Amino acid sequence: MEFKEKLISSHLAFEEDLNLDDSVHETRASALKVFEEKGFPSKREEAWKYTSIEALIQKDYALFPKSEASINVNDVKKYFLYDTDTYKVIFIDGIYSPFLSNTTHDGLDVCLMSAALTKPKYRELINTYFNKIAPEDDSLTALNTSYAKEGAYIYIPKNIVAEKPIEIIHFSSGNENALWLQPRNLIVVDQNAQVQIIERHQSLKEHPVVTNCVTEIYVHQDAFLDYYKLQNDLPSASLIDSTYIVQEKKSHASVHTFSLGGKLTRNNLRFFHKGEHIMSTLKGVTILHGKQHVDHATLVHHAQPNCESHQDYKGIFAERSEGVFNGQILVDKIAQKTNAFQQNNNILIDDQATVNTKPQLEIFADDVKCSHGCTIGQLDEEALFYLRSRGIPKKEAKALMTYAFANNVLASVQLPSLKKRINGQIAKKLGVNLGFDL
Amino acid sequence: MLTIENLHAEVEGKAILKGIDLDVKAGEVHAIMGPNGSGKSTLSSLIAGNEEYQLTKGKMLLRGKDLIELDAEERAHEGIFLSFQYPVEIPGVSVTNFIKTAINANRKAKGLEDMPASELLKKIREKAKLLDIDSKFLSRSLNEGFSGGEKKRNEIFQMAMLEPSLSILDETDSGLDIDALKIVANGVNKLKNKDNATIVITHYQRLLDYIVPDFVHVLFDGRIVKSGTKELAHELEAKGYDWIKELASHGV
Repeated sequence: MEFKEKLISSHLAFEEDLNLDDSVHETRASALKVFEEKGFPSKREEAWKYTSIEALIQKDYALFPKSEASINVNDVKKYFLYDTDTYKVIFIDGIYSPFLSNTTHDGLDVCLMSAALTKPKYRELINTYFNKIAPEDDSLTALNTSYAKEGAYIYIPKNIVAEKPIEIIHFSSGNENALWLQPRNLIVVDQNAQVQIIERHQSLKEHPVVTNCVTEIYVHQDAFLDYYKLQNDLPSASLIDSTYIVQEKKSHASVHTFSLGGKLTRNNLRFFHKGEHIMSTLKGVTILHGKQHVDHATLVHHAQPNCESHQDYKGIFAERSEGVFNGQILVDKIAQKTNAFQQNNNILIDDQATVNTKPQLEIFADDVKCSHGCTIGQLDEEALFYLRSRGIPKKEAKALMTYAFANNVLASVQLPSLKKRINGQIAKKLGVNLGFDL
Repeated sequence: MLTIENLHAEVEGKAILKGIDLDVKAGEVHAIMGPNGSGKSTLSSLIAGNEEYQLTKGKMLLRGKDLIELDAEERAHEGIFLSFQYPVEIPGVSVTNFIKTAINANRKAKGLEDMPASELLKKIREKAKLLDIDSKFLSRSLNEGFSGGEKKRNEIFQMAMLEPSLSILDETDSGLDIDALKIVANGVNKLKNKDNATIVITHYQRLLDYIVPDFVHVLFDGRIVKSGTKELAHELEAKGYDWIKELASHGV
């Protein structure tokens, strides 16, 4: 049986023992129909031209892990931001781990999607927010919606500043031969509220895992959201991440994506503006080697006047790795005085590495400032010689230059402990000790 | 210290150096002068180990050790320092972090531990003072947005920190006003001792008023066509390079 067939035929059994509100059931049923009709995306579609998931879907993945895996806290501690006190929503093979988590209902909600989807007290919120911005015609998002059950649910009420950052971590234990995960997160940052969120997906053993994750985020008037995606998984893990963000007037939202690991990663990141004076920031550092593949597909939809967006993605590709950047900026006719900027700069370390970069600007307003630039190059030989002439060995010199290249993306990371962590990961990925604390 | 014999080099198949002989002893300052395109910068890059140039013939020894076999970083470990005409910008890496990386890389090559932070800071303060560099400058990204003078001063600062045995100053005076020139020259002079040597590469005699050479060599069309003492620099300043060109065409 093809994996698509398995997904469709397993759905009935999946829903059977869930105590669902009718509206959620309907949403899922119609999402399943969309997936049934469209199937998995193929390279024939423009949006998937350079990324094929064909090979990924040949396996027979387990959809529901048979048993709850237990993992030792000492084995996973290193994946937490341990030197900072955080709220934690932790899952193992898609199942919530109360033991590793640190949730709260005290002044703000940091809890579970399963609770939000089933408990009557959340019904109104779910009816207002669940699956309201995820595009209906995206087959993988529809597939996620049809199986939406578990994930993080975060609600930051009006005027509340979340004192601690929130970590959302999905572990896969390796107990299943091959595993298909579909976490679903919902995050609501109400008026004038602030929150910082860190998300990662991590395999603990080499085994085939595909995560098809969907996150919907609402950033209300005057609210601040900083979201960090740490993608440094094992080479057996693939991730299709779709994050949809709606911003109301005078809100700030930033998403930083650090893609260092994994086998195949697709990041769909979309921002929609629903008010004036909004600031959106999308930044990414991608450092790949081997046959790793990362595809960033971004969209900022400027639908109101006087808003600003900044996109800055840096990529460093070694060996046979592949990078894709498809950055879309859409400026509606009404969205005058828009400032929209986009940068994608890439360095190819080896001859066999490839990058496909495509800016896509569709501007219907006439009084706007929009710019885009993409570059693909090699490390500058003259600069390399400069560093080496100071006694810095070639490998370290390359790393230092690569670090310098990626650095301005890190400059806007607000959490010092996270910044240090990412610096460490980048240095490790580049295979060197940078020789100084950053 | 540095012995160069019959050095030939080319870049992309074009001969640039056509037989250079040079002998620099410890404690000496040599000036290499010459018109644009005579091969001055090629010579300095070649000594420092720039792989862009192909050495086709000849010898290059530092304290009897064959330099040709060594990579740029290994030459630095042996004590060679090149002050660049156009220093490279490295955004995101501060002057302090850069110099720390360089110093510890050199120490590591010698089998030494990293320099203790307090010692490093003390040395940085001392050398910054020598070159009239303020502490704010040290936390800026290396060469990024630096003025011409700041870049050159930073080069000599690095030289002061690394304490090389052979320093090559490639057009260090270009882009400097007279005050900056004096500071840089003063720094170079204070770093001079009986154990190290300096090669000053320049188009103009101006810098040599402040860094007084023991020997002056005139490079033209890939060869040293005349060598002398500091008076030769004054002669060049007064007469220009035309008579040298004449000399070269008759003499060879």
